Amino acid sequence: MSIVNLIASDLTKFFNRRKIFSDISFTLHYGSSVAITGRNGSGKSTLLKILAGVLSSTKGEVDIQIDGKDIDLEHRHQIVGFVSPYLQMYDEFTGWENLDLFRRVRGVDVRDELLLDLIRRVNLFDRRNDFVRTYSSGMKQRLKYAFALLHRPPILFLDEPSANLDNEGIATVYDMMEEQKQKGILVVATNVAAEQSHCEFVLDLNSGSPIMVGQ
Amino acid sequence: MALKIFLGLWLSAVIVVAFVFPIVSHPARWYEFPVVPGLEDKARILFFHVPMSWTAVVAFIVSMAYAIKYLAKKKFDDDIISASSAGLGFMFCILATVTGSLWAKFNWGSFWNWDPRETSIFALLLIYGAYFALRSALDVEEKRATLSAVYSIIAGVTVPFFIFIMPRIVSSLHPDPIVNTRGKIDMNSTMLVVFLCSLAGFTALYLWMLRMRVRAERLDLNLQSKGE
Amino acid sequence: MKLTTFGLTSFVLFTKEYRSEIRTRYALNALLMFVVTTLSMILFSIARENVSPEVLAGVLWVIIFFSTMSGLARTFVSEEERGTVLTLQLIARPLTIYIGKLFFNFLLLASINVVTVALYLVLITNFSVQSYSIFALTLILGTLGLAAATTILAAIIAKAHSKGTLFPVICFPILLPLLITVIAATQKAVEGVPFEEASGLFRALIAYIIVIGAVSYILFDYIWKD
Repeated sequence: MSIVNLIASDLTKFFNRRKIFSDISFTLHYGSSVAITGRNGSGKSTLLKILAGVLSSTKGEVDIQIDGKDIDLEHRHQIVGFVSPYLQMYDEFTGWENLDLFRRVRGVDVRDELLLDLIRRVNLFDRRNDFVRTYSSGMKQRLKYAFALLHRPPILFLDEPSANLDNEGIATVYDMMEEQKQKGILVVATNVAAEQSHCEFVLDLNSGSPIMVGQ
Repeated sequence: MALKIFLGLWLSAVIVVAFVFPIVSHPARWYEFPVVPGLEDKARILFFHVPMSWTAVVAFIVSMAYAIKYLAKKKFDDDIISASSAGLGFMFCILATVTGSLWAKFNWGSFWNWDPRETSIFALLLIYGAYFALRSALDVEEKRATLSAVYSIIAGVTVPFFIFIMPRIVSSLHPDPIVNTRGKIDMNSTMLVVFLCSLAGFTALYLWMLRMRVRAERLDLNLQSKGE
Repeated sequence: MKLTTFGLTSFVLFTKEYRSEIRTRYALNALLMFVVTTLSMILFSIARENVSPEVLAGVLWVIIFFSTMSGLARTFVSEEERGTVLTLQLIARPLTIYIGKLFFNFLLLASINVVTVALYLVLITNFSVQSYSIFALTLILGTLGLAAATTILAAIIAKAHSKGTLFPVICFPILLPLLITVIAATQKAVEGVPFEEASGLFRALIAYIIVIGAVSYILFDYIWKD
């Protein structure tokens, strides 16, 4: 496993000149985890997207280093796993086809057996050859975990990780969160206390100048 | 303020001179214009139409330059300048099209002939129209600024094709190059001076209006952000 | 090594577009129906009229332009509407996505154009092509140019609202030099002039394709990234 660091400095985001948040700075090292909390509209999802490199900030930077080497924005997607309610899979393809496509687009060497293990893990083995449009919202959410973990990312971003999931699914997700802390960095946007308790630090966006605090 | 008055006087003088100075066949006195065969009084359009087209093109180039600057630096001010300049360019473009078309009616017999320059100004008009249509269809300011900047750059790189392509095609469709006689006006020094004064006047008018618009936009935005 | 991964990723994304289209037929059916309807309207209106081949050369490109407008925005608009933009952003570099979509759009447009031109040649008897070499090259370069320009503009329009009506509006000024040139080249093909006489137009078309390709390459990142 590679040593990963995430350094966010002075992150500020405006939408239509309205300030969402400003001057957020923190550093996450290999093995650490943070829960981002805050009321609706406080910018949890926005901050997560900025950290993952799919949205640009108005000010400030996110630096991600692996083994001391900076990963530029062009290649950010290779080291990031991302799950969120507004993420969508291709519903004209089956679950298997989706994952197969992602594997080939990413160009990662994941053998079929490993992919099937991942599918079993998220409990979609029986339905892997059904079209995603026939999936329930909970099954779609499970598929997203397979999508996010496929390339074994050093950093995992989860937005409302247990959305749409049943108890069994939630348990699996919590296991995955614990495992991610062994493998790299975990960032969770949530207001659920149980999920926050899995994280080492908390960043509360409700406070005027959010800082990361240990818990 | 002084600038405004000076600009007003300057342009009034240019307009009066452009209409009043007589056109004679052998200009001897300093205030006489030479006759352009086939044009006579219609040659006076030169003092207005050409500076308008020129300003429309300058405004477009300024708009594109600030679009590039916006993409590089992501400063909203550059988007304001870019959009304001495009707005003025649109206005001058309409003026140039209307004056040119009127002149074409009296000189070539129809309002529109698809000669290379008419086509280029028509394309510029369409580009400006599309630019503002696109802007109004984008809600988020950042998105609007970025995408309209990208659009104006794409549009900007295609405009030179008209200058490059049109002469080939029009000459192939029109065996008689009747539409190409324009631009061959032999100016005497009086005419040239008046023309250059008009060109300077219109350019200054554009710059002055641009400054006003940009200031108004900035104030508007400041008010909006204070309201929240 | 890097270039081959780049090419491979673009190719995989291209096959994704292709398979998705085969499954859903979002664009293809609508496009084919558009061509058939338009052609039959033209046939009705010119029945028993003696329309010159030069005019028909222009009409052919009117059909091609509007069928392009009705179908080619789909590739980006459908990603935006279904919310799969984020998914793509998370798996691939922007340029590979652009290249994948560009090639798919070219393939789609080329197949539609083959159908359109075949029907046009068969059904409209007045349209007789004298120089097939000029005609074929015009079609190939015209299709390439249309695909190149509309792909980048589709990426822009996908982010706006009232996409359907706005797409032709923003495309037309950009496509105008291309359309003027291909219509002139098609007229040369029906007049049957020697190939050399059309070479100037072809050079202009190639230049257009290169310029549009280059700006798209530079600017796509700005469009794609939120």
